[in-house]
Amino acid sequence: MARLDAVSKQTAQKIEKLAETVVRSVKGGKNPFVEIPIRSLANVKFNEKRRLIELGSQRQKRYFFNVAMAKKFMQTFLVSDACKELIEGGKTTSIRDLYYITKHTIGDTKQNTFEEQDESDPIIEDLEVALDALREELHLFASRKGSMVGPITIRDTGDTIDLRRMGSGGWAVPSIVEENVIEFVRHEAKYILLIEKDAVWTRFNEDKFWKREKCIILQGGGQPPRGVRRLVQRLHSELKLPVYVLVDNDPWGFYIYSVMKQGSINLAYESMRMAVPDARFVGLSSFDKDKYKLPVNVAIRMDDGDNNRAKQMLAYPWFQAKQWQREIQEMVRSGLKFELEALSRRGISFITEEYLPRKLRDRDWLE
Amino acid sequence: MASRKATAAKGKGRPAARVEKAQLELVQVEPAPARRGGARTTKAAPAAAPRRARARPEPEPELLPAIEPAAEAEEAPEAPKAPRRRATAEQMASKQREISISEFFTKNRHLLGFDNPSKALLTTIKEAVDNSLDACEEAGILPEITIEVRDLGLESTEAEEPAPKRAGGAVPPAPKAELTKGEGRFVVVIEDNGPGIVKAQAPKIFGKLLYGSKFHRLKQSRGQQGIGISAAAMYGQLTTGRPIRVTSRTGKGKPAHFFEIQIDTRKNNPVVTEDRQLDEWHQEHGTRVELEIVANWQAGQRFVNRYVEHTALSNPHATVHYLRPRQQLLTFPRATEELPKEAVEIKPHPHGVELGALMLMAAESKARDVRGFLQSGFSRVSGQVADEIVKRAAFKGRVRPRDLGEDRTLAEKLHRAIGATKIMNPPTNCLSPIGDELMKRGLISFLNVVETEGPEADEQLDLDQATKKKASRKEKAAKAAAPEVPDAPPEEGVEKIKGHNYFIATVTRPPKVYRGNPFQVEVGLAYGGSWPADKPIELFRFANRVPLLFQRGACGTTEAIVKTDWRNYLLSQPKGSLPVGPMALLVHIASVWVPFTSEAKEAVAHYPEIMREIQLAAQECGRKLAAHIRKKQHADYQAQRRGIFELYIQEVAQAIGKITGKSPEPIKREFLRLADRVTEAELAEVDAALEEQSKKLTKRPRRAENEDE
Repeated sequence: MARLDAVSKQTAQKIEKLAETVVRSVKGGKNPFVEIPIRSLANVKFNEKRRLIELGSQRQKRYFFNVAMAKKFMQTFLVSDACKELIEGGKTTSIRDLYYITKHTIGDTKQNTFEEQDESDPIIEDLEVALDALREELHLFASRKGSMVGPITIRDTGDTIDLRRMGSGGWAVPSIVEENVIEFVRHEAKYILLIEKDAVWTRFNEDKFWKREKCIILQGGGQPPRGVRRLVQRLHSELKLPVYVLVDNDPWGFYIYSVMKQGSINLAYESMRMAVPDARFVGLSSFDKDKYKLPVNVAIRMDDGDNNRAKQMLAYPWFQAKQWQREIQEMVRSGLKFELEALSRRGISFITEEYLPRKLRDRDWLE
Repeated sequence: MASRKATAAKGKGRPAARVEKAQLELVQVEPAPARRGGARTTKAAPAAAPRRARARPEPEPELLPAIEPAAEAEEAPEAPKAPRRRATAEQMASKQREISISEFFTKNRHLLGFDNPSKALLTTIKEAVDNSLDACEEAGILPEITIEVRDLGLESTEAEEPAPKRAGGAVPPAPKAELTKGEGRFVVVIEDNGPGIVKAQAPKIFGKLLYGSKFHRLKQSRGQQGIGISAAAMYGQLTTGRPIRVTSRTGKGKPAHFFEIQIDTRKNNPVVTEDRQLDEWHQEHGTRVELEIVANWQAGQRFVNRYVEHTALSNPHATVHYLRPRQQLLTFPRATEELPKEAVEIKPHPHGVELGALMLMAAESKARDVRGFLQSGFSRVSGQVADEIVKRAAFKGRVRPRDLGEDRTLAEKLHRAIGATKIMNPPTNCLSPIGDELMKRGLISFLNVVETEGPEADEQLDLDQATKKKASRKEKAAKAAAPEVPDAPPEEGVEKIKGHNYFIATVTRPPKVYRGNPFQVEVGLAYGGSWPADKPIELFRFANRVPLLFQRGACGTTEAIVKTDWRNYLLSQPKGSLPVGPMALLVHIASVWVPFTSEAKEAVAHYPEIMREIQLAAQECGRKLAAHIRKKQHADYQAQRRGIFELYIQEVAQAIGKITGKSPEPIKREFLRLADRVTEAELAEVDAALEEQSKKLTKRPRRAENEDE
C-alpha cells in the first residue's frame, strides 16, 4: 500500500507542476500552454525491433489565449483538478463519471464546460500523455467489458478467486488490472486464448475447452478494452504464456489482432504495457474457407468500407510481412468475409473440437 | 420658358373659342358639384383629362395638345370612305391660335406633379414649403414653418358632434368620425415666419404661372421657374373651385393682408376676389397660404411624411411643425442656429458653355472686343485669362463679339480655345451646400425623430418606416437572445441615438461645373442603428435641399449610386442595384441650376459631370464606412474573444487555484491582465488579414468604371 501512495503522490505532483508552470508563464506575461504529444497516425512509428507501435516525438502546444484552444485548455485543467481530487481522496471512478463531475454551466451563459462525453474522453487521454501518467494512475477507468476463465487462481483487491469455478459467465475483467489490484496466485495453464466475441467464448466455456486444453480463455467484446489487453500482456510477460488470438475473418478482426499484437495508434504511448508482439493469429484465416470446407453461403460479401479498410491495412508497416500481405490480399481477392460462427455450419462444437485443436496441432497460425 | 411666358401674356387679345370659354366660366362657378372641373368642361375630348390624371408622368413631347384632338374628334363621325379633302389650310388656320401657358398646364398637370390626388397633395405642400424656405433664407431669417393638413370630410362629421375640435396640436379627438378614405377635400396650410409679401406682388405670385424672381438669375434656390405655387393654386381652383387664401405681413407695425386669389387660366392672370386688411395677426412677419384641394390623404400621406422628414433633414436650420389629421403635432426642431451661407448670383463659367449659348451671349454682348466680352460675360475670366483665350483662338484680323454671334466658325474657334484654357473653378460663394457638419447634425436630429416615432403610429407612418420598425423589433428580439456584448469603445463618427449606434459620415465635394453651371455634391450616410440589414439601403435624394421622392429609377443620382461598387466598402450589392445593408444614404446636389428631367422636379438628369461627382463623394463616404465596418468587425471580434477568455479565465483560475492550493483571485487577475496584452497582439494580425481581404476586393475590376469607358 505504501507503493500505491508513492505512485499517487507522484501523479498528484505532476498535476501540480503542470498548474504551476501555467501560473508562472502567466505571471511572466507569456501565453500559457500545455504541451501534449500528438496522438495521430502522423506521430506514431512502428518500431520494427520491438515490434510495437510507438508514439513519436511531435508535440502540440495548447495555448490558453487562442480562441480555438481556450476551451480545451480550460477543460484540461478541469480534468486535472478532478483527477487530483480523486487521487488525494483515494477514489477511482469511470471516465463517464468524470464527465459528470467536471460538467457544469459557465458563468451566466448557456455554455457548459463539456457538452458531451466525447469531449471529455480525449481530454483525459491528452492529460495522460501530457503528464506521462497512466489512466489508472489518474484513478480513472474505462467502462468494463470482457470475461475470463481458466485454470488459474488470482487475487483481486484481496479476494482470492479460482477462475476454474466461474460458472457460465466467467470472471469479469476489471478496467484496472495493475499489480496492486490483480495478483496471479498460481496456475496450470499452457497458453492464453483471446476470443473476439462473447458468443464464441461462451461456446468454449460451455465445452470446457479450457479444462481440456489447459488454457485461459478471454473475450473482449469486440475490440478488447484496456483492462483485457493489459491483463493478457501481464499473463504473457509474467507467466510466460503464449497468446493466441481467435477473431473473425474480416478487416476488423485483423485489426483486433493487430492492436493486441503491437498496440493501437490512439494509445500508442501505452503500447509497451498493452501489446504482445508474440501474439499468434489462429483464425479465421482467409484460406480456412478451403481448408475447412466452408460453403460460400456462410460468407458475407465485403462492402466498400471493408475493402477500404483492408487496403489501408495492406499499407500499415506492421502488416508488411509476406504472410500477412497474402492473407489480406486473399480476402480482398475473394471479396468475402467469414464470422467465427460460420464454423458452426460444420457442427456446433466444430470450432472447439476440431478447428482449433487442429490449428494448434498443425501450428497453423500467423505471427 | 421665358419666351413661352411672353407668348402667354400676348394671348390676351385673341378671341377665345367656345370650349375655352366654358372652361373659364366653370372656374368662377360655385364649388359644390365641381369635382374635376377640367374633365367636365373638355367636351371635345371627354376622357382625356381623367385618363391623364391617372397616367404615369411620361414625357409628352407634343406641345399642342389642345388643337389636334379637338379637330379629330369633330371629324371622326364622318366615315373615312374616300380620300376626300377634309379641311383646307384656311379652315385649319381659323382654328390655329395661341395657347395660354395656364391652359396648357391645366391639361398637362402631371408635368407639374399633380398627376393624381395623392401626389397633388404632396406637390402642393412641397411648392409652398420650398417658397417659404427660399424666402426665409433670402431674407436671413431662421425659418419656422408649420405644415398643416386638414381633412374637411372628417371635420364636417365632427362638427355634428357636441364638441368640435379645433385642429391646434392638442390631443387627437376620440375616433368617432372617420378619416376620409380615398379622395376627398383637404385644406393644406403652410405658414412661415418669412419676410412676407408686399401687397402689390401677392396676386401675381400666387395667381400667375411663370412669375417669379428666380428664373432669370444664376443662383442656388429651391424654386427655379416660378410655376410651383401658382400651379398648386390652380390645381385647387380646378378641383374645388376655391381660390388660394394668403395672409401676409412684412414686418412689425405693418398691417397684415388677407387675399383670396383666383387665376384666369386663359389669360394667366390673377383675379383677386377678396382683399382685406387684418387688425391682428399672430406673426410679426411671415406668410400663410391656405389651399383647398382634392387630395388623397390615405394614399398620399406617406409621401408627405417622407417629404417633411427629409426637408427637416436637409434644412437643419429650420424648425418644422407638422400637423396631420388625427395625429399629435410632430416637431422637427432646428439642429443649428446658423443660417446657411447666402447663395450669391453669378455669371456663367466659360467651361461648359455650349457653342450655341456662346454665340447668343456674344450677339447680345455690349463689349467692344472679345476680350471684354469674355471678361464681362463670364465669371473667373481675368484679363490675363481672356488674353490667353484670345491668343489661343488665333483670330485673323479684328473680331468683334457681334461677329462671333454671326460666324459659326469663329465662335467654334473661341469655344475650342476656352475649352483648352485652364480657368479657375467658378466662384463657390454662389453655392450653399448643407456642409459636412450640418449634414451630420441634420442626420442625427432626423434619426432622433424617426427613432422616437413609436410603433403606435405605425399605421400613420410612412410605409417604408413601418417595415423598418418591424424589422428592428425582430432584430431586437434576436439581440436579446444573444449574449450581451460589452459596448465597443466610442468611435469617431458613431452617434448613439435612442439606444442605437449609428455611424455617420459626410462628404462635401468641391464645387464643379456642368454646362457653365457650378454645382456641388454632398453625400452623407448613416449606417447601423435600427436600419434593416437585409434590405437595400435607403437612398435620400436632394436637389438644392429639396427632397426628391419620385422617379427614383429615372434619376441620375440613383444611377450614380448603383454604379458605385459598394462591395469595395464591405456592403453586399446585387448586380445593377442599390447595395444591401443597414444604411441610409443622402445625396444632395446644390447648383445654381439643377438639371431636372421635368418641371415636376422629381429626377436629376444624367449629366456625366454630376454623376462623376456623386460617385466620387459616395466613394469617399464609402471609404469612411469601410473603415468603420472593419473597425466594428474588429471590435465585435475583440468583444467576442474577451467574452470567451473572461468566461474561461474564471474556470481555469478556479481549477488551478484548487490544484496548487492557492487563492484563485490573484491567478484570475494575472490572467485578465495578460488577456489585454495578448488580445491586442493578436488583433493586429486580424487587422492585417482584413486589410488584405479588402485590398483583394478593391483589386477586382470594377464594372461601373468599365461601363463608363
